Amino acid sequence: MKAKNQNSFSSKHWLIIMMTIGVILLVLSYVAERSETSGARGPLSAVADYTIVPMQKGLNKIGMWMSDFTKNFATMQEILKENEELKEENDNLVIENNQLQQKAVELERFYELYKMDEQTADYEKVGARVIASDTSNWFTIFTIDKGSNDGLRVDMNVMAGKGLVGIITQVGPTSSTVRTIIDDSTNVSAMMLTTFDKCVVTGDLELINSGCIRFSQLANNDNQIPVGEQVITSNISNKYLQGLLIGHVKEVTVESNNLTRSGYIIPAVDFRELQEVLVITTTKQDIIDKKGGSIDNTAE
Amino acid sequence: MKGLKRKIIYAVMIIVGFLMESMFFPHIALASTTPNLMLIITASIGFMRGKQEGLFIGFFCGLLLDIFFGDYIGLYAILYMLVGYCNGFFKRLFYDDDIKLPLALIAGSDFLYGLAAYFLLFLLNGDFRFAYYLKSIIIPEMLYTILITIIFYYIILRVNQKLEAEEQRSASKFV
Repeated sequence: MKAKNQNSFSSKHWLIIMMTIGVILLVLSYVAERSETSGARGPLSAVADYTIVPMQKGLNKIGMWMSDFTKNFATMQEILKENEELKEENDNLVIENNQLQQKAVELERFYELYKMDEQTADYEKVGARVIASDTSNWFTIFTIDKGSNDGLRVDMNVMAGKGLVGIITQVGPTSSTVRTIIDDSTNVSAMMLTTFDKCVVTGDLELINSGCIRFSQLANNDNQIPVGEQVITSNISNKYLQGLLIGHVKEVTVESNNLTRSGYIIPAVDFRELQEVLVITTTKQDIIDKKGGSIDNTAE
Repeated sequence: MKGLKRKIIYAVMIIVGFLMESMFFPHIALASTTPNLMLIITASIGFMRGKQEGLFIGFFCGLLLDIFFGDYIGLYAILYMLVGYCNGFFKRLFYDDDIKLPLALIAGSDFLYGLAAYFLLFLLNGDFRFAYYLKSIIIPEMLYTILITIIFYYIILRVNQKLEAEEQRSASKFV
């Protein structure tokens, strides 16, 4: 009986000790985040980087093999049907392409106006592989297999194909964490490609299943926003480089205050199928630093 | 009492669980929900082995999640630690061959964990869509976790039984 009491006492003791350790860690990491020393994840994650991450890299190959395997189950018929659909889509695209070429001339003028081609010039990119995704169902975060050893830094923009995927939030020696633009806690300053009207693109957990993200605070002016309009990152964002494609407008509605419009965007990237991403090795801060005050003036 | 072997096996169990959860489960997600394997491990060890071990297992499971996916290190560690500790209270009611109690405990743990996660990570950020999160995340995650529990519970149980038998054998050898 006595031994049992002792045992329960000691487990209570342990609870208090571990709780204190937990709270201390929490406070320390909060303080570290506030001071924003280097953006590195600290010693704990360095340890994890050399133990868990190699396993993830190895297992990732198996995971990819598995997903390839399941994909192969798609029957011949489905492929044939898809082929037919694609042909039809191709025809449509040819027509669309012709129309776009006409618009391209017009666009070029705009580009020149905003010196866009200068700023969206090919950024240098580094390829990386997605090795793990967030385990909770609350966030849309994933880990890639490159880190500070490969020259990655916090706030670098991540793309897949032509579209924006997200931004690096944490960097370890050989891996880094990417927060996607569909994550609930992400806000991206964006603009419409043709009218340059600014809006804010917000990730939304509620919309992830429908494959959309929300945009809001678009000025309710005379500029018509057609469905399919491209949405790109704006020049006033302090984290995202200008001119990266976010997606296409799916729906626009005027809000009840009659001052702003909001709606939904279909992202240019399929976030379920992400396997390889491109990290742009220039951050917005680099560009701002390089150009001095000139960016700040134009942002006004 | 607690041998080195048990500790090593716990470590392997946590790492394998974490790897499976972060790498394989996204491929088998139903309705974009994945089961919470770390919670199954924590809760199972909790009610099989008692408060103290549940507490430590929970702490390290949570710490691993914190390091990789948390904004602040320590939040998940504390949450999972409490899950392990609370499940330890049910050790006295636990019998190997009865799966009803483990299922109920794991389901309850996952539900409370979901509520706590919503409260700490979303409500405090001013996000009040509780009904939505309950319907589309907390409940589906709980159901899927229960489903997966039926498989993984027996694996953990078998490992624990083997370890316990071995420990008893070596203990009787020394006496």
